[in-house]
Amino acid sequence: MKSLKNFFDKARPSFEPGGKLSALGSVFDGFETFLFTPRTTSGPSSVHVHDAIDSKRTMIIVVLALMPCFFFGMYNTGYQHWLALGATQFPFWQLMLYGFLAVIPRVVVSYFVGLGIEFAFAQWRKEEIQEGFLVTGILIPMICPIETPLWMLAVATAFAVVFAKEVFGGTGYNIVNVALVARAFLFFAYPAQMSGDKVFVASGTALGYGTALPDGFTCATPLGQIATTTSTDSLVTVTGVDGQALTAWDAFVGLIPGSFGETSVLCILIGALILLLSGMASWRIMLGVFLGGLGMGLITNLTATPTYPASFMPAWEQLLYGGFAFAAVFMATDPVTAARTNTGKWIYGILIGVIAVLIRVYNNGYPEGAMLAVLLMNVMSSLIDWCVVQANIRRRMRRLIVKTNANE
Amino acid sequence: MAEKTSNKSVFFNPFSKDNPVVVQILGICSVLAVTAKLEPAIVMGLSVIAVLAFSNVIISILRNTIPTNIRIIVQLVVVAGLVVIVSQLLEAYAYDVSKQLSVFIGLIITNCILMGRLEAFAMGNRPWPSFLDGVGNGIGYTIILVIVGFFRELLGSGTLLGFQVVPQAFYDAGYVNNGLMILPPMALIVVACIIWVQRSLNKDLQEK
Repeated sequence: MKSLKNFFDKARPSFEPGGKLSALGSVFDGFETFLFTPRTTSGPSSVHVHDAIDSKRTMIIVVLALMPCFFFGMYNTGYQHWLALGATQFPFWQLMLYGFLAVIPRVVVSYFVGLGIEFAFAQWRKEEIQEGFLVTGILIPMICPIETPLWMLAVATAFAVVFAKEVFGGTGYNIVNVALVARAFLFFAYPAQMSGDKVFVASGTALGYGTALPDGFTCATPLGQIATTTSTDSLVTVTGVDGQALTAWDAFVGLIPGSFGETSVLCILIGALILLLSGMASWRIMLGVFLGGLGMGLITNLTATPTYPASFMPAWEQLLYGGFAFAAVFMATDPVTAARTNTGKWIYGILIGVIAVLIRVYNNGYPEGAMLAVLLMNVMSSLIDWCVVQANIRRRMRRLIVKTNANE
Repeated sequence: MAEKTSNKSVFFNPFSKDNPVVVQILGICSVLAVTAKLEPAIVMGLSVIAVLAFSNVIISILRNTIPTNIRIIVQLVVVAGLVVIVSQLLEAYAYDVSKQLSVFIGLIITNCILMGRLEAFAMGNRPWPSFLDGVGNGIGYTIILVIVGFFRELLGSGTLLGFQVVPQAFYDAGYVNNGLMILPPMALIVVACIIWVQRSLNKDLQEK
């Protein structure tokens, strides 16, 4: 640690204005404050209370909360691949290695492209590098199918970072969730590579490791199977990669095909616990999303018709499949894009849950609606806050008038 | 007014510094609607140039005889007449394109650029400057349409004017056309990029 500090102290002059490498000043600054607390303190003229939790620490805790899902995603990627090969034994470390090799190029591409753009913009505007991409960079590979081509991931990351974040002023100023914009871009630009029955199970070798699946292999996600079913009387039995029926327990643990990081509700709940205990995320939003989804699930289930096959799903199962839980815990609670008033958080959360299930059930073109629901409510969140604040002002104004009238 | 600004600047200003689309932000709806392919974008641009130039001239000739309180109606009648002529010509000689443009040729009547130029320029200037103003603004509009159409067709369909541009080898290597480019939201983003580039180059256009 001491030698690292010495290294930074020695390197600093050449990065300061006028130094040899001053063009990379914000890069240097970014790494230094990442490793150490900032050198600068507020001036002697006034007193400022600094919280130990600055945005870099916040981001690190969110990344930590994502880790259970990430590691489980590695295991599940391997597990689905082995299952598709017809294996009956699942050696833990080999599965993990395969999953690791399959996902690591995606993480590298996402961080490389995203951070590259962030660094370039920060340097261009002569600002500090902002650390918002720490979380976004790991979220993007986690919410995309494992078979998304790397170049698409790069294009989508670049698009999202530039058009959802930098044009609005960088970290903390974005209106909509950057990772979800990347996914929405992929979803609308390359629909064939982002949905359907070929992309959710890793089919090739991972950097040369493992065995490639036969060409004709297909397996849709449970929600995809339900949306495209032709059976008309009741809920279709969803099947896994090996053709065996999947139970709600499988969906809870997460051993189902799906986007890399979002299959396991169990791991998502562990992440939720970390976020809530450390005070990083709002419990109102999380609870709101789950309640909203449950309520809408009950309504759709009560009025189930064969026209919309997903409406046969019991309400509580709606919460287990697809990206619903992941969106509730990690996407909806993003403090920058969510509503900020307490009442607003309830409205925001509940509406996300309602809309997610609404899209999922009543639009057969979109088997999953969580992404679109969160994006839509991101846009609405300031409006919700505005209404809540105005209602509060009106209420207090009325009270004031009543009081002054009584005093007269 | 015609004496104050030279004919040259009346003609050339709308190309960039006073562009109707990216500076005055007029006519955005048709830019979003007709630019999924390059060919309809060009045809649409030419139609707007023709309608704008001739309606500017006609209104400019009539400008001293039009009673102020019914001037909008007169302008609309002139524009509508010209739009019908253009639409009939297109149907006669370029049927396929007119099919693609469908309702948007008719909607030139409601294009904000037209009413804007008639009100702001033709009502107060002589016919020749008005003609130049109409052609200039029409070309300014067409430039943006062509740029947007170029990128949308190239990235969205891999073609230009219907000819395959992106080689088959790219597709074999895993390249896929961007479906979002075909959808109108992307046109908005391409226009935004043009505005971004233009304002970065012209400092005096940047809002404080």
